[in-house]
Amino acid sequence: MAISPAYARPRTVDSGFTCGACQRTFPMAQAAGSLYVCPACGHHSRISAHERVRQLADKGTFQEWDADLAGRDRLGFVDTKAYVDRLAEARQRQKLPDAILTGAASISGHPVGLASFDFGFLGGSLSTAVGERLARAIERSAAELRPFVCVTSSGGARMQEGVFSLMQMAKSVAALHELVEAHVPFISILADPTMGGSIASFAALGDVILAEPKAMIGFTGARVITQATYEQLPAGFQTSEFHHARGLIDQVVDRRQLREVLGRLLAVLGPSAAEDARRPA
Amino acid sequence: MRSADLDGNAAGEAAQAAWAHVEVSRHPDRPYSLDLVQRCLDDFIELHGDRQGGDDAAVVIGLARLGGQPLAVVANQKGRTLEERGKRNFGMAHPEGYRKAQRLFTLAGRLKLPVVSFIDTPGAYPGVAAEERGQAWAIAQTLEAQLALPTPYLAVVIGEGGSGGALATLLADSVLVLEHAFLSVASPEAAAAILFRDAGRKQQAAAALRLEAANLLEWGIADEIVPEPPGGAHTDWDETARLLRPRLEARLLELTSRGFDPARRRERYRRLDGLFSA
Repeated sequence: MAISPAYARPRTVDSGFTCGACQRTFPMAQAAGSLYVCPACGHHSRISAHERVRQLADKGTFQEWDADLAGRDRLGFVDTKAYVDRLAEARQRQKLPDAILTGAASISGHPVGLASFDFGFLGGSLSTAVGERLARAIERSAAELRPFVCVTSSGGARMQEGVFSLMQMAKSVAALHELVEAHVPFISILADPTMGGSIASFAALGDVILAEPKAMIGFTGARVITQATYEQLPAGFQTSEFHHARGLIDQVVDRRQLREVLGRLLAVLGPSAAEDARRPA
Repeated sequence: MRSADLDGNAAGEAAQAAWAHVEVSRHPDRPYSLDLVQRCLDDFIELHGDRQGGDDAAVVIGLARLGGQPLAVVANQKGRTLEERGKRNFGMAHPEGYRKAQRLFTLAGRLKLPVVSFIDTPGAYPGVAAEERGQAWAIAQTLEAQLALPTPYLAVVIGEGGSGGALATLLADSVLVLEHAFLSVASPEAAAAILFRDAGRKQQAAAALRLEAANLLEWGIADEIVPEPPGGAHTDWDETARLLRPRLEARLLELTSRGFDPARRRERYRRLDGLFSA
């Protein structure tokens, strides 16, 4: 359930974009064109919530929900820095009230409710405000019969909100029950990283679960496992491919194909499918 | 004591008080779940297995009665002897443990039995095999199973309530917490490692997380704090049970006698933090 403060941000040098994996540099336009997937080695760089929405939503269709929903410092929390200061800095830097962006959109012409986590905002961690905005997006999607698409990139619980953060796991799952009752599909997309309380609640409960290549996904982080158990970690431990091989993820999808794959899924699962399911037999 | 005060003597005292609370909750002589099940419930019959190939001894399930009312029981179980601790993995469940709990919720729904849960776990087991078998998925599905359970559901945190592993059997209609028990987003050691990069600052982390039982009541996460014998439950198991049993009975009666609706439980966890009204 740990969030790592060290956020491996791809280095941008003037007009260039340097891949965090192979260290090669490309013109910004080329990096943006390949959706921040390295044209040389295929490494998927972490992207902001706003960039994710730009990549997935049909142009001009995204309508933000609950844009002003921000949380507060319930515990008066101070670690090496006051939580209120951490929040203020993250808000200014990421241009978001907290670590999630939600709204209505179309993907390949299919209306959806769309949520995207922002790892740059305190590790995409689950705060009360994140949980609330996520829950509202889920409920609104259910009410409007929009398939719900959530792209998670989250270190898990936000320590600075203590037990309130933990309870967001319960809140998100309680909200998901609305989708179940409305027979509206939930497509969960796991991006790097999806850990701790996020994967152990809403993110693991997609009707369909997709993941980006080599995303780190798991309940307990590798460092903690090694410290706690002294176990040797198998090759590729906790990657998307690792979980896919064990039947926990439906497909590992390259970011450059994600929109197309979603379009095909939504064509099968779209609103008409939800309405058919709601019609009494 | 607010963690914002964490400088100077007041801070030191807050850290010490919080840590003392954690130490009592982990006292090696503290009654574990089965000690209290035996003393608070009647005719306990243990059941075994998740029916999918595993039987995790860190989670105990079974049937019992309380005041004549048949019940389904789920409990985290730490071990007391070295051998038993190994067998029960110190109360830290693997996916099979959470699937065993799911089986119990399914059984309870089918037979219309109320569920009573005893929580006492440092958390889900942090190991390679647990991850390989879908630890996160198992916990998520158990959260879902609790929120879909169609019968009354009562939980009591009797010792440690560590993280997602505790939440897997905590999302009840009524939550009781023993006086020296706690519920936390992470163990104080893990929180200190994350926040200060130093697990040794666990006392400071414990204070900052404000994890004493009384706060849970104030925040509406718990409904009642159940008193323990002077000094803590480890001083007198029988007395601990004598204080707990009537509270379980009263809460259960309250849940079973009013028109029961599992949607109210989902509503509780949906609105729990009370910061927002949609």
